[in-house]
Amino acid sequence: MTAVTVDALKVSSGETALKVPPPPVPSKLSGPSSSETDAAALRAVLGAVLPPLMGLVLLIGIWHLATMNGGSIPTPGKTWDAAAKLFADPFYSNGPNDQGIGWNILSSLQRVAIGFGIAALVGIPAGFILGRFATMAGMVNPIISLLRPVSPLAWLPIGLLVFQKADSAAIWTIFICSIWPMIMNTAQGVMRVPQDYLNVARVLNLSEWKIVTKILFPSVLPYMLTGIRLSIGTAWLVIVAAEMLTGGVGIGFWVWDEWNNLKVEHIIIAIFVIGIVGLILEQSLLLLARRLHTES
Amino acid sequence: MSTEKFVQVEKVGMTFDTKKGKFVALRDIDLNIRQGEFVSLIGHSGCGKSTLLNLIAGLTLPTAGVMLCAGREIPGPGPERAVVFQNHSLLPWLTCFENVYLAVERVFAANENKAQLKERTTKVLELVGLAHAMHKYPGEISGGMKQRVGIARALAMEPKVLLMDEPFGALDALTRARLQDELMKICEATHATTVMVTHDVDEAVLLSDRIVMMTNGPAATIGEILSVDLPRPRERLSLAHDPQYMDYRSAVIEFLYAKQSHPIAA
Repeated sequence: MTAVTVDALKVSSGETALKVPPPPVPSKLSGPSSSETDAAALRAVLGAVLPPLMGLVLLIGIWHLATMNGGSIPTPGKTWDAAAKLFADPFYSNGPNDQGIGWNILSSLQRVAIGFGIAALVGIPAGFILGRFATMAGMVNPIISLLRPVSPLAWLPIGLLVFQKADSAAIWTIFICSIWPMIMNTAQGVMRVPQDYLNVARVLNLSEWKIVTKILFPSVLPYMLTGIRLSIGTAWLVIVAAEMLTGGVGIGFWVWDEWNNLKVEHIIIAIFVIGIVGLILEQSLLLLARRLHTES
Repeated sequence: MSTEKFVQVEKVGMTFDTKKGKFVALRDIDLNIRQGEFVSLIGHSGCGKSTLLNLIAGLTLPTAGVMLCAGREIPGPGPERAVVFQNHSLLPWLTCFENVYLAVERVFAANENKAQLKERTTKVLELVGLAHAMHKYPGEISGGMKQRVGIARALAMEPKVLLMDEPFGALDALTRARLQDELMKICEATHATTVMVTHDVDEAVLLSDRIVMMTNGPAATIGEILSVDLPRPRERLSLAHDPQYMDYRSAVIEFLYAKQSHPIAA
């Protein structure tokens, strides 16, 4: 009974991206007989777990069939063995060019965190200003429209030139790619603050500080979190490419390094790792957004 | 400043600039409201009664004429003319207490300490019968309770004028009746000068000292003003068969449905 309940909860939190309502949690006090609710819960768990599992099995099956007769792409089994070896000691360090995969992931995450953090510090206030003052929006919006479609990697040489260091240039690239969604979504949120709330502010004659903290910020928060989520997605996409170009320690550089070493199984592992880390980032932000959501 | 002309509306007109050109919502509005008086604005939809209320609130400024409150021109919105909004407009991320406290803090923080401010907030929530729910969020309480918080927030500012835009419009009939009774008691206790927009004839007659009946828009103005001389405190049950009450009621209905029949478009 308890095991099933825990499983059901796990599934419901894993499915947030699809907005699937959580399966009914069986209760000992209410409902029909407990064996019936157990069966229903089991069905709900199976219904949620089985399709993704089948998809994964299918993918690995196709991969296996395609690679079983040899070729340059390793089989799933070979990749699994390599992964087991790799993750047995993820935090070794043999000098700057040979470090464990754990270090590589962490350095990439650190770059993303710094670039993204600075972008949030600049982008969110900028979004507030653009949303609140139409003249500023008129001045800045065309520039944003012009710069936003540019691939962030195009900014990398500028970063290298200005900062003279590969690491700072990568952070700068992350900053540039994260800032647009944050500005745009925050500004959008500020412009969509319900007029009712602003009328309340006018009747109460609230100070600008109170308007920002008690009305604008809470009502913009969901938009801001959407901006943050989009930014972090892009940042994680871009960091791999940026690191391939700048080198050093990082998951992107590691992919490039393993390509040079012709360790294709490591590249495949890296693809999975990058995907999983991206998924975790996105899901945790979605979870945060749901926690902060207030119903009107 | 005289108590007879506490709120003065003189030759006020309101014209909106729309994409289709100028739209005259109100013209030639003349109205004086006594201190402590309860005035209802009634009329069909689109007659500009909410516009007139917003003008008194200062949320919009008139394009013609003069608006005075307590002898001074109304420069814009302010806590001395508190508004109870039609859809309660509580901030969903603040509890009922915090919603009211926001208003209390704004008006009284200069002269009172935190404990006094909290006491004020609690008191006004008790006045509207919400002491038990004050630490709940608006999303957790019923529509009637939300509207009571809205009224509490307005009352908490101790406004010179209490403005209400169809405060009970979105509520079911039973809740509405209970809140009307409560409002009457509160107004008697606080001697609040009140202006209420409504389209409910019974509500207007039951609550008002005067009923301002407005002609149909566009270019709406005041059609008739009816003084309701029923003794207070008024009692819903006994009034239901009171011939005088019936007369007032039919006078309003006469105005609304015979003289100003409902516009087809609305």
